[in-house]
Amino acid sequence: MSNEHSDLSHTDLLIVGAGPAGMAAAVTARRHGLSVRVVDDQPAPGGQIWRAVETVAATPRLARLGEAYRAGVDRAAAFRACGALYEPQAQLWQIEPGFRAFLTREGRARSVTAEAIILATGAQERPVPFPGWTLPGVLTVGAAQILLKTADSVPDKPVWIAGCGPLPLLYMTQLLAAGGRIAGFLDTTPRGRLGPALRHLPQGIARFGDLLKGLSWSLALKRAGFPIIRHVAELRADGDGRLESLRYRSQDGREAQVAAEVLLVHEGVVPNIHAALALGCAMQWNAGQHCQVPVLDAWGETTQAKIFVAGDGAGIGGAEAAEPRGRLAALRAASKLGKLDEGAAETTARTERATLARALALRPFLDALYAPRPQVFAPADETLVCRCEEVTAGELRSRAAQGRPGPNQLKAFTRAGMGPCQGRQCGYTMAHIVAAVQGRPVEQVGFYRIRPPLKPVTLGELASLDEREPAA
Amino acid sequence: MNAESFDVAVVGGGLHGLSAALHLARADRRVVVIERRWTGRHASGATAAGVRTLNRDLAEVPISLEAMAMWHRIEEIVGDDCGFQAQGQLNVAERDEHMPALVQREARMRGLGYAHEELIDAKELRRLVPALSPHCVGALVARRDGAADPHRTILAFRRACEAEGVVIAEACGVETVDRQGEDWLLVCGARRFRAPVVVNAAGAWAGRLAALFGDDIALGVRASMMIVTERLAPLLDPVVSVVGRALSFKQASQGTLVIGGGLQGAADLDRERSTVNFRELAKGARAASDLFPAVRGVRIARCWTGIEAQTRDRLPVIGASPRVAGLVHAFGFSGHGFQLVPVVGSILAELVVEGRTRREIVPFAPQRLMQERVAA
Repeated sequence: MSNEHSDLSHTDLLIVGAGPAGMAAAVTARRHGLSVRVVDDQPAPGGQIWRAVETVAATPRLARLGEAYRAGVDRAAAFRACGALYEPQAQLWQIEPGFRAFLTREGRARSVTAEAIILATGAQERPVPFPGWTLPGVLTVGAAQILLKTADSVPDKPVWIAGCGPLPLLYMTQLLAAGGRIAGFLDTTPRGRLGPALRHLPQGIARFGDLLKGLSWSLALKRAGFPIIRHVAELRADGDGRLESLRYRSQDGREAQVAAEVLLVHEGVVPNIHAALALGCAMQWNAGQHCQVPVLDAWGETTQAKIFVAGDGAGIGGAEAAEPRGRLAALRAASKLGKLDEGAAETTARTERATLARALALRPFLDALYAPRPQVFAPADETLVCRCEEVTAGELRSRAAQGRPGPNQLKAFTRAGMGPCQGRQCGYTMAHIVAAVQGRPVEQVGFYRIRPPLKPVTLGELASLDEREPAA
Repeated sequence: MNAESFDVAVVGGGLHGLSAALHLARADRRVVVIERRWTGRHASGATAAGVRTLNRDLAEVPISLEAMAMWHRIEEIVGDDCGFQAQGQLNVAERDEHMPALVQREARMRGLGYAHEELIDAKELRRLVPALSPHCVGALVARRDGAADPHRTILAFRRACEAEGVVIAEACGVETVDRQGEDWLLVCGARRFRAPVVVNAAGAWAGRLAALFGDDIALGVRASMMIVTERLAPLLDPVVSVVGRALSFKQASQGTLVIGGGLQGAADLDRERSTVNFRELAKGARAASDLFPAVRGVRIARCWTGIEAQTRDRLPVIGASPRVAGLVHAFGFSGHGFQLVPVVGSILAELVVEGRTRREIVPFAPQRLMQERVAA
């Protein structure tokens, strides 16, 4: 059961992703004697939140990135020491029933097998289509934060930031600490959100510290003195070949056009569901988070036996929810594979579930406060919805009105969703456009059928599979 | 609930069903197409859309040549060119020992009076496909062959049907079949359809549909796999296949490479799903990179499989049921039915309207797959 042989092609457990959930799951599974393989596309453990934490730990940047980031140092160390077979810089692109997973590493493809799988693939930023969002110079807050974490890279020009949610606030705080400049913040939180959100606050009071942290970010940003425009409803980026100016309109009717070289947008995050979808795991609509989430039991097991989802892929909860979710999935996997008796698993699980509940206490408040503004789902006709195949919202609307086509038929008609991103950029926009045009609830519209590979693989890499594994 | 009445009910909204409906409507029949999911959901939407006469079984050659003539005027038939481009199809020999088979085929076809397949040497091959690896020694070519855009083709046939008044009933799966006087009564959940003639164009599920009428036809299933890559600059015009390997390689008008060739995934008829087998598909990627070394670094965007019926002799089933009046079958195209779409619709219309056809369809008779079944 040890993981001493790095050429081992079979492990008890395969974990996809080495962020908070994946690392916690690996440590727990190893503690209970499972052989574990962890596949991750980054060069080092940490996931998005603790990206590059091991290398940053030795630099002054660690302090600037804040306390929550610093917590990743210990987690990465514990993960490194747990004895899991760790495969960084590996693209996992297909899982076949049984389970056989295909991955590419160092330009070669190969397949590995496992008895159980934990998908800890995290979240992606919610795509925010608006006119001009594909112009060079427009990127996401998440992408900018990756540059800040990995390369200590700060844009040399003042940046405009548009969006809502905790991440823009955190990034702006980190950016100022790193010496960056902010041209202005277009806060897209709609008017009147705070009242209804506050109803969720009593249950969130357990996370009082987080509230204070958010408040302190807001105050620090106010003191920094850059313009903050509230309730921005509409946004458009203009420029000849790259971003030169942006226009916005607020719910109060404030309109302006300003010069801009960099615009960072962010409207929250949504679970990465492609792997679970491709495996046929049932999904349900999470109305609070405006996204699909896998149907999971109290351990994080999907409707497909021995396939688990942990971390933000199970529904957005942040790193502190991801860890207990990872441990719960690992406990259940250990007990299903006969390494841990069910009573012992249940006892430990009680503690983990309490931790999870505490970690999620503030989430309904945040979900209500930062729910995406309606325009995110109803971009103007001229807006490119599918970036890969360059299909506009107007084209989708006119096709969606002919008959009652669903997303998969519209994909065939328009090519939207056929590109290499597999609908990760246009899936939700497509669903909302179909729902609006056909007058049906978005949760009934569904999502694209996911076709492999989950990550792009080259023909040469796939061919290398033929060399290594001659036909049976 | 009252049944909706038609002259003909076509079961299956794939391309063959739509083509049959179109030709029947043009013969002034009132037609309904009954489709369990949506038009083109399975094989028609998953095809590589090769328009190929090259290397056809001799039994198929006459109708395939007639279909090819129709493809060259497809816009007159369905109001859209379906993205059809006649850039040729080639069957390439990689080594000298592959050439005799091509030479024999060409001689045989010429002997039968066919001139559409032509033998070419390495020099002409390189002129036609400069990107091809120089180790290839020759090829058989059908210069008027080509490929179309499957989704455009589905949409064009569908729109042409609708323009002729064909009713397309989607999300309608046939559950039971009853004879009521001269008519068949097809029950599809809440909807019911009545028609004296049914065309069975239900693709992979056609055997099950036939069984509802009492016809027991031996039918297998295919799940051919396809690879589509990211877009790239123009690389080649014709469709290329290879002797002795499962490969069909072409570049779509969007610039993507479309790689197929009949490598098989797994089909699940009950769940209406099929899955890719990557260890098998790797052979196709290997063949593609051997023949076109420049594509090794090209990224795969999507892979998929389409479910289709396959017969024992790889020939389709086209013809009236020998046992049941008012039932005509058209399925089992075994991975090469796309090109035949325009002509098979015309044949089915003749069979329904006149009770016979001027085309040679004896080799496709359903009986050939039923007798053995009975004997067994």
